[in-house]
Amino acid sequence: MSEIEKIKSEYIEKLNNCTNPDNLNQIKTELFGKNGAITNQFKFIGSKSENDKKKFASQINDLKNLLQEKLDQVSKKIEIDEINKKLETEQVDVTLPERTFRKGKIHPVSQVIDEICSIFSEVGFSVAEGPDVENEYNNFTALNTPPNHPARDMHDTFYLSDDKNLLLRTHTSPVQIRTMLKGKPPFKIIAPGRTYRCDSDQTHTPMFHQLEGLHIDKDINMGHLKGCLNYFIKEFFEVKKLKMRFRPSHFPFTEPSVEVDIGYDLKDGEIVIGEGNKWLEILGCGMVHPNVLINSKVDPSKYQGFAFGIGIDRLAMLKYGIKDLRSFFECNYKWLNHYGFDPIDVPTNYRGLSR
Amino acid sequence: MKFSFNWLKEHLDTKKSEQQIVDALNKIGLEVESVHPTKNELSDFIVGKIIKTEKHPNADRLKVCDVDIGDQNILKVVCGASNAQDGLLTIYAPPGSIIPKNNMKLEVSKIRGVTSYGMLCSEAELNISDESQGIISLSEKYKKMIGKNYFTFNKENIIELSITPNRPDCLGVRGIARDLAAAGIGKIKPFKNKKLKQNNKKLTVVINKTKNQSCSIFGSCLITNIKNQESPKWLKERLISIGLRPISAVVDITNFIMLDLNRPLHAYDLDKINKRIIVRESKKNETLNALDNKKYNLSDGMCVISDENGPLGLGGIIGGTTSSTEMDTKNILIESAYFDPSITRKTSNILNLNSDAKYRFERGIDPNSIETGLQKAAEMITKICGGEVSKFQITKTKKIPQKEIKLENNFPEKVLGININVKEIINILEKLGFRCKKNTNTITTKIPSWRPDISGKIDLVEEIIRIKGLERIKSIEPKKIRSNQTLNNEQKHFHLTQRSIAAKGYLEAITWSFTNEKINNYFLNSGKTNRLINPISSDLGVLRSSIFSNLIEKVRENIDRGEENISLFEIGPVFEGKNPGEQVITACGISAGYALRPNWNEKGRFLDLFDVKRDLLHTLYELGTDKDKITIETSNLPDYYHPGKSGNISFTNNPSNSFASFGELHPNIINQLNIKTNSLVGFELNLDKYIKLKEKIKKTKISYEFSEYQKSERDFAFIVDKNIQAQELLNLIKNVDLTLIKDISVFDLYDGENIPNEKKSLAFKVVIQSDEKALTDNDINTLSKKIITTVEDKTGSKLRS
Repeated sequence: MSEIEKIKSEYIEKLNNCTNPDNLNQIKTELFGKNGAITNQFKFIGSKSENDKKKFASQINDLKNLLQEKLDQVSKKIEIDEINKKLETEQVDVTLPERTFRKGKIHPVSQVIDEICSIFSEVGFSVAEGPDVENEYNNFTALNTPPNHPARDMHDTFYLSDDKNLLLRTHTSPVQIRTMLKGKPPFKIIAPGRTYRCDSDQTHTPMFHQLEGLHIDKDINMGHLKGCLNYFIKEFFEVKKLKMRFRPSHFPFTEPSVEVDIGYDLKDGEIVIGEGNKWLEILGCGMVHPNVLINSKVDPSKYQGFAFGIGIDRLAMLKYGIKDLRSFFECNYKWLNHYGFDPIDVPTNYRGLSR
Repeated sequence: MKFSFNWLKEHLDTKKSEQQIVDALNKIGLEVESVHPTKNELSDFIVGKIIKTEKHPNADRLKVCDVDIGDQNILKVVCGASNAQDGLLTIYAPPGSIIPKNNMKLEVSKIRGVTSYGMLCSEAELNISDESQGIISLSEKYKKMIGKNYFTFNKENIIELSITPNRPDCLGVRGIARDLAAAGIGKIKPFKNKKLKQNNKKLTVVINKTKNQSCSIFGSCLITNIKNQESPKWLKERLISIGLRPISAVVDITNFIMLDLNRPLHAYDLDKINKRIIVRESKKNETLNALDNKKYNLSDGMCVISDENGPLGLGGIIGGTTSSTEMDTKNILIESAYFDPSITRKTSNILNLNSDAKYRFERGIDPNSIETGLQKAAEMITKICGGEVSKFQITKTKKIPQKEIKLENNFPEKVLGININVKEIINILEKLGFRCKKNTNTITTKIPSWRPDISGKIDLVEEIIRIKGLERIKSIEPKKIRSNQTLNNEQKHFHLTQRSIAAKGYLEAITWSFTNEKINNYFLNSGKTNRLINPISSDLGVLRSSIFSNLIEKVRENIDRGEENISLFEIGPVFEGKNPGEQVITACGISAGYALRPNWNEKGRFLDLFDVKRDLLHTLYELGTDKDKITIETSNLPDYYHPGKSGNISFTNNPSNSFASFGELHPNIINQLNIKTNSLVGFELNLDKYIKLKEKIKKTKISYEFSEYQKSERDFAFIVDKNIQAQELLNLIKNVDLTLIKDISVFDLYDGENIPNEKKSLAFKVVIQSDEKALTDNDINTLSKKIITTVEDKTGSKLRS
């Protein structure tokens, strides 16, 4: 057996038996180190005759490649074995709890306001605002409720000045006045916001939220009002069908004035909006009173339109099955966590209002 | 407004069912609040069946009966009657009912140790007969009535309406009947006056014509030689059925006419009036002992009905005791007058006095109903109490003008969107009492005197559609067109801030805009206190100057409820003054407890100011704030933070104008409010100010460039004075070379052994990279040296060796 053959069989066997990296390094050195078997063989090339040189060199090269390849294979295998061996010792109890993750929530009232804005955005309403502290004129007089008008009884007003000129707005309707005084018709706005009445019991809180709507243009009539509310309520409750009825009522700032009821049913103690034979009062609205337009510097012989006011908290209660109005403002941590919404849950019209 | 169906039918000829009437009332805007049966002393007794009897364990003569009272309710009742036996149908009286025989009120009670829920009755106990032997035994036909009332007579339903303030005419049953008739629910019955024999007796009445005189018509009539007495049964029952207490025939009749015709009246004892009636304005310091048993101190300008001695009553509001009628009153004066709504309301507001009469006069009483009132009162009083009637005396100072409105034929369609022809318009209005005249393009309408609410053509449109039916209005689908943006810049910021903070682990709270003054004072920071005149309670007496005042209280409540780790935020108004607009939108966050709870895997850590600083800064970054353009400041800190552990944030180019703050809440506040937590930190962002100061964000982003060349990191540790802030060093280093220095981070802060007392060691890691070439060691060393000399020269610090 030639020297080459000898090296080949000896090291193939050695490599086959090799199971640890130290051993492998040893073999590597024995073969390719300064005095390694292969290295030494290369040194013999020069001593060969010209005839044999080429053949011998190619033989060594082949051997070198063969062993190198074998060595790489063994090396990979050893690595894999090592990892597998390590894995056996790396068993963790994965049922232990994960690291804490703090998640915040959006208050249901805020979520509902965003839903409402998204719905009205579709049909071209913009969001308007007004201050929480109002003067008596914007809150009452301009809204066709002069001093000593009995309709003021329906508002338990918080006052900030002895002359009763400064007050906390009792409804979002003064935003109508501010919007119209500031701009030129047409007007198409909604105004969600905080409102205040000096009243506190099971079903009333001294602060609550209202949504005002106002659409004034040259030819806006009660049919538009009906269509707009029908659209809104259907979208908000995410129902295809809606039973809705208008009932005559009275608000000083609208004429005709209307209260709107929607049909509902009770199924397993839950309110199902849209169908059924029961009626639920949901909002007040009407055609803006000409006096209100005049007080807002809008000519009622040229412009007319509708306004509406909705209790936002109540909408939230109805849609999300929240029983107690007062709980909205108690800030009970568990309540907020339970009824709150994920901040990434932004109501949009392309993805939908709710999950 | 309450009335029974039978009462209504005295004015309305109708064959419609109660339900149809209720539906019609709702449809025409007279909202039905409730319909419930009248209660009388017999309405409690129901038919029951003895299921089983057992001997009372402690009494030989008593039995314990299981009684079926319907709806699957079985109750235990102790009974002594010998005929109480299984299967007997009898009458059961529940706890709370009053036994007619002895007026005894039943209660749940123990009879010889056994609880009895009510009683089984004998005929004598119910005043049916004298039969007191044994309980009532009902025939088998009552089997169907178990659980139902035994006494069915005299029971009627009472309708309660919620009448809107514009409809005083419907504060009387006849007015409601008129509206129903217009809506097609039957016919209004004609009003019949009886001929009265009237004498010439007279008492002088004077109305003082002064500027604020509330009374413009005062009608009166004398009825003499009457025999005042208890009202007849029908009248008493009618008043009781709607919750009024019968007093005497004279008083009950005036009340009845008010409810029936919406015509308030007042009866005076004629013998107690001194000489004459003077209707005048009150003088200061006059007093009135009113019929509600209260004494009122009058101020100037209130309308009083007086005699020569002084006020007898407040016109349109309440009578006084000096001239009130009694059972033995012989001669009376009936007043039927008109008082001004607004003056009436003003007076009653000042005196804080409410009455049925005031409620009506302030809404507007029909000035033409004065004689009707006197006529009806005279008829009823003479019928019940006898006596002789004088001629009616009407004193008038003003003529009430007849209102007229012109309605264009096409105006209703313009408002309602549906066509209603002229004939129908006139038909509806006339049924409501309007008198109409048809012109070419308009209708002239005369407004009935009982409708003070009708003042313009739009009011007529409401009348028309109310009666025609709002369901006729055709819904017009809104068009999905948007020509203006939904949210403006401020609103977008609000929305984003809200969700951005929530995304950092905070639960959104909504708290009152008002707060406890004591707590608010901690967060006033030299601002103004804005008090409410009439707060809902004394601890909610001021507008909040900071959201902290509410949130800190909510944190405490939650801690007391057992919560440990709390992060709350609110975004909403805080108030700088009492005038409209003196408010700012603020976002405020507060956190208590652990940043990291100790757990199986990690050591715990309490929250500190760097946690809130992170939350605040990242919210600002998400709002589009450039990290490099803001500065942390520690001067002019709000005094409710820990003075050494808090900071203000402002834009670098406008450093004195901070728009946000963060830090640990002041330990004294935590201590005084007794908040049991290991850590309480918070932040505030004045969103309005921030938006105002902020540069507009450009839509196009600066083009993205990156360097392909090798980057290097170098560490520098400086020993600096303790009072030198990291921010200062960071800025210095950054400005050494704005292009090559790509990033700087603080990786160590140390002030202990080997460092002089008033010094600290701050260590920075600086990332250096060129966009143009591979930097040589030499380049980097030059830059490093420059960094070191700059910092050393500018701050007097030394590189730590």
